[in-house]
Amino acid sequence: MTTLLQSLLIALRALRVNKMRALLTMLGIIIGIAAVIAMVAIGAGASKMISDQISSIGSNLLLVLPGSITSGGMRSGSGAIITLTYDDAKAIKAECPSVGQAAPTVRGSGPVVYGNQNWTTVINGVTPEMLLVREWPIESGRNLLQSDVDGAAKNCLIGQTVAENLFGSADPIGKIIRIRKIPFTVIGLLAHKGQTPQGQDQDDVIYVPISTAQRKLLGSQFPNSVGAIMIQAKSAEVLSKAEEEVTELLKQRHRVGPTREIDFTVRNLTEILAVSEQSSKVMSMLLGAVASISLVVGGIGIMNIMLVSVTERTREIGIRVAIGAKRRDIMLQFLTEAVLLTTLGGIVGILVGIAGAALVANLVGWPTLVSINTVAIAFAFSAGVGVFFGFYPARKAAALNPIDALRYE
Amino acid sequence: MREVVRLEEVRKVYLMGEERVEALKGVSFSVGEGEFVAIMGASGSGKSTCMNTLGCLDTPTSGRYLLEGTEVGTLSHNELAEIRNRRLGFVFQGFNLLPRTTARENVELPLVYGRVPAAQRRERALQALARVGLSGREGHYSNQLSGGQQQRVAIARALVNEPAIILADEPTGNLDTRTTVEIMALFQELNRQGITIIMVTHEPDVAAFTTRHIVFRDGAIVSDLANPAPVRAVPKTEAA
Ligand SMILES: Nc1ncnc2c1ncn2[C@@H]1O[C@H](COP(=O)(O)OP(=O)(O)OP(=O)(O)O)[C@@H](O)[C@H]1O
Ligand SMILES: [Mg+2]
Repeated sequence: MTTLLQSLLIALRALRVNKMRALLTMLGIIIGIAAVIAMVAIGAGASKMISDQISSIGSNLLLVLPGSITSGGMRSGSGAIITLTYDDAKAIKAECPSVGQAAPTVRGSGPVVYGNQNWTTVINGVTPEMLLVREWPIESGRNLLQSDVDGAAKNCLIGQTVAENLFGSADPIGKIIRIRKIPFTVIGLLAHKGQTPQGQDQDDVIYVPISTAQRKLLGSQFPNSVGAIMIQAKSAEVLSKAEEEVTELLKQRHRVGPTREIDFTVRNLTEILAVSEQSSKVMSMLLGAVASISLVVGGIGIMNIMLVSVTERTREIGIRVAIGAKRRDIMLQFLTEAVLLTTLGGIVGILVGIAGAALVANLVGWPTLVSINTVAIAFAFSAGVGVFFGFYPARKAAALNPIDALRYE
Repeated sequence: MREVVRLEEVRKVYLMGEERVEALKGVSFSVGEGEFVAIMGASGSGKSTCMNTLGCLDTPTSGRYLLEGTEVGTLSHNELAEIRNRRLGFVFQGFNLLPRTTARENVELPLVYGRVPAAQRRERALQALARVGLSGREGHYSNQLSGGQQQRVAIARALVNEPAIILADEPTGNLDTRTTVEIMALFQELNRQGITIIMVTHEPDVAAFTTRHIVFRDGAIVSDLANPAPVRAVPKTEAA
């Protein structure tokens, strides 16, 4: 251990002597590490945002829509042929063993008025199951009840954005608002949910009982039809099984056969969302990879300067060997110097990278995320670059013939 | 008298492309404990090659070299490094010291490679510096010392591990006459204390301070004579 400490002291002295050169050499590593840290932070921030949004939609979700997908990928016939019913939803819940919840919904939009405040928002007709499927807690008040649905009660739940626009900071519970001129009592305030990965504000919404929506608000000519059924599978493992069961059941119920086309579409929401999460991960890896190229360039700079240093100090090496330095002592000395250069550069680079990520977060408003892991890996990597690119010069120094080294002037 | 060094028919051939340079053509001699030997000869006669062999920096093409009875030719790199570290002390013509390093640190260097603990290193380095008359200069950097002082530091470094021999290749080559006498006085003093010294020199005046003259010509020894009445080196003033 004495010699490791000694090599460290020698290396520190060598760096002190050539401060400017050491700094310029380190700059390559500093930039490389800083770029990796910042890029990974931006990438990780983006994918965390997306995965947060995905989990805000709910987990293990299937979405059943009326109409079928044509070969072009477009849904045809929706709106015109109203094929999904509230009874379909009940049957799915009752008969598909892998399904946890099934929540039918109808959807419209319209103006909402409270006092002199006025706001246009999305109006969803739902059953109490919707909040279970969406894993959406209530901040204050209560959920809709089955009795609200059965009696087509004029009660509603409102999202945070709606609450802000109608009530400001006042408590909305128990207040009467007019949706499409019909008075409704606010019975619950939904918790904050944020944006979907597609950028929609999920808090800009009002939930009313599905029956009320069908009969009084949206005025559909097919009173029993629903716009979509959201289904939550019992677990991630049975998600695709649930998909099959639902498809099978609906085929039976809709008498799909040789003479009748499939008139519904089952989509695996979780899968679709996972793809966007995946692509953001690939993106952040790509950013990291591009940034690490600059690290390699920095490493080559280290190698270059170490080779110069070995040549400059040939005489010194000769003297050291003559008084008893072993090859591994010389090797260790130059390796230590290279690793010291890169780890110092690494530490500065990490700090610069963190600062850069914070700056991006502040100025551009992108979310960034610096994890302890990234920092540790970056540090280990900078040391690794020192070992890798310092090895050849160090070996060259250790292999010098002492006689040639002593003759050198 | 105990034998410290023994060369038997040592040859050294350098191959430079097609050309063979025979730097040593069968050199044999031995040096006993406490001798003070001057190796002389014209430029290119093989003096440095012989010293490098004695110093275990180079291995002979053929022949045997025994250092205190140990056959050196069969040893590994690491064993040779240990011999250089423990049993030999080197003084070169110039550029002996590491730049930007203090006198004490230079003297400590063999102890560092000998894995001696730091506290002991410091004490032994200070003792060695006192022995060469440089007490009080231990904190000076190499470039803050005169040529003569630098050679003294180099000698202190050669001494610090209590070696069997000190090998010096033209140690006074870069020095003026007065400083040369000072250094030779130091060598004589150390030799009186029982240290074996082998040094290369061009100058008969310098050789006159030693007890034995070995003369090389074209890679072979042409004369090997004792100097029964060495001149006593008396420095004009105290160490400058
Ligand atoms: N590394 C080498 N490669 C090839 N030839 C060499 C090498 N070292 C020495 N020689 C040759 O060996 C011969 C002896 O060289 P050496 O250095 O021993 O002479 P020297 O007596 O020390 O001379 P000087 O007094 O000038 O220092 C010379 O002809 C020299 O050219
Ligand atoms: Mg020579």
